[in-house]
Amino acid sequence: MKEDFRTDRRAFLALAAAGGAAVALPGQTARAQAVSTSARIVIIGAGAAGTALANRLVRRLEGAQITLIDPRAEHLYQPGLSLVAAGLKPPGYVVSQTTDWLPRGVTLIPDRVAAVDPEIRTVDTEGGESLSYDYLVLAPGLVLDHDAIEGFSLDMVGRDGIGALYAGPDYAARTWEAASRFVEEGGRGLFTRPATEMKCAGAPLKHTFLIDDRLRRAGNRGAAEIVYAAPQGALFGVPIVAEKVRMLFGDRGIETRMNHTLQAIDPGRKIATFTDADGFAREEEYDYLHVIPPQRAPQFMFDSGLAWADRWTDQGWAEVDPATLRHARYPEIWAVGDVAGVPKGKTAASVKWQVPVVEDHLVATIQGGEGTETYNGYTSCPLITRIGRAMLIEFDYQNNLTPSFPGIIAPLEELWISWLMKEIALKATYNAMLRGDA
Amino acid sequence: MKDLTFQTMIAVFEEIFGRGLFWAMVAAAFLVTAAYLYVLVRDRTMGMRQFLIAQLFMPVGAVLAVWFVMAMTDSHLADIGGPVDVIVLLGIAAVGAVGGAILVYTAERLLFRRKIEG
Repeated sequence: MKEDFRTDRRAFLALAAAGGAAVALPGQTARAQAVSTSARIVIIGAGAAGTALANRLVRRLEGAQITLIDPRAEHLYQPGLSLVAAGLKPPGYVVSQTTDWLPRGVTLIPDRVAAVDPEIRTVDTEGGESLSYDYLVLAPGLVLDHDAIEGFSLDMVGRDGIGALYAGPDYAARTWEAASRFVEEGGRGLFTRPATEMKCAGAPLKHTFLIDDRLRRAGNRGAAEIVYAAPQGALFGVPIVAEKVRMLFGDRGIETRMNHTLQAIDPGRKIATFTDADGFAREEEYDYLHVIPPQRAPQFMFDSGLAWADRWTDQGWAEVDPATLRHARYPEIWAVGDVAGVPKGKTAASVKWQVPVVEDHLVATIQGGEGTETYNGYTSCPLITRIGRAMLIEFDYQNNLTPSFPGIIAPLEELWISWLMKEIALKATYNAMLRGDA
Repeated sequence: MKDLTFQTMIAVFEEIFGRGLFWAMVAAAFLVTAAYLYVLVRDRTMGMRQFLIAQLFMPVGAVLAVWFVMAMTDSHLADIGGPVDVIVLLGIAAVGAVGGAILVYTAERLLFRRKIEG
């Protein structure tokens, strides 16, 4: 047989050496020496922020007494709820156990916080336990105020054309039950968002885009009317993104009702009542209604004097420095995640950037120094515009776009690669973050 | 994304596939590559006949790789939205093509060598 392409052992060895070098090269960063301390650190909340921080702190601190307080046994991967509510993932996709993610050497108290006294530095639980702390991290998340929508209750979700995907994995699945009937039958779909600060301001838009796409795929878009109603004057907080969404809504034939705040629903008549900018009541009919309720901090935040006194007074977010996330009046307290009173960033992406900042300042304080890391308001929203495409929007406090891959992944283009990131890489990155690895 | 280091990438891939499956796949890729290099060195030559057959499998590998990614991510070819998407698609196809060719060539040389040369 004719053979004309010769290889030899020397070429093989050269190749193997090159391959070995490529594997060995990437950053072998030595971990900083652990700091010895007997500090008592209490973290309220074992969600994304509390868990990620706990995992990082146990690596940085030797001998610290770290206690997390969280009543919820289940950990929710909340960025997945939009996918569940569009029939793309099962509810189990977002659920794991809180204890799956916690490191050894920390204590979890499965209870709800009743009160914090920042003067004498104690946290009381509803079960009657009282903990003293040297350092406190507020990461309890937020509360969905469903009662604020008159006539609405969670048991309606999935029936009579009502959806509410924020309420959890089962409600997200029931939201898809209601939405899929709308997809099959057509009619009038009403998609809302609240007037308060909220988790992932892109999610109401994603749900609208996904149900629009579902209708198109079912060949039923012609039989449906889609209306997006929001209390704000713009479709997104970042002006350049709001303009892009306005154009996409125009392209998809999605109507808008700006300055419309959902106040009440009448499920019998299928009427939703909004107040407009002038305070007048406006009634809108619906066959499918997506409800996102007002969102606030847990009650103890209002009672403890830790919230802003002059901003978001009805919402109770922690009064922190936007760059360091340190409390403005109690330097031994930080807030991270949804409860932080900063202009943007109630997302997992924000948490990913906030946690190392709080870690840095907390550890530096224990060492008697000052931290240097700052948070610039970074947040990220893979804004799904249809099944298979998304816009990878990243921005900061100043409404600047801050693309991670400038020149490669355009933030305002509907791209498949951005969808791939949401579908494949996001949960993996989130889990790595929880473990303190990303 | 912050601090996209090699360690972060490993952590992310471990989460995507699960730690066991990810490292099993790394091991499988390593084994196939090692076997490929082994037959190259052992034979001190490329078997052009087998190489030709392996090349014929390249389109199959390319299509299988694209199909696998599309099926795993609820995507369709119609979702390609910009230049970077085309590059990613071609990249996936290229990886599938090269991987398929290496696998087929190695299998041929390892398993059917005697028969082919006999």
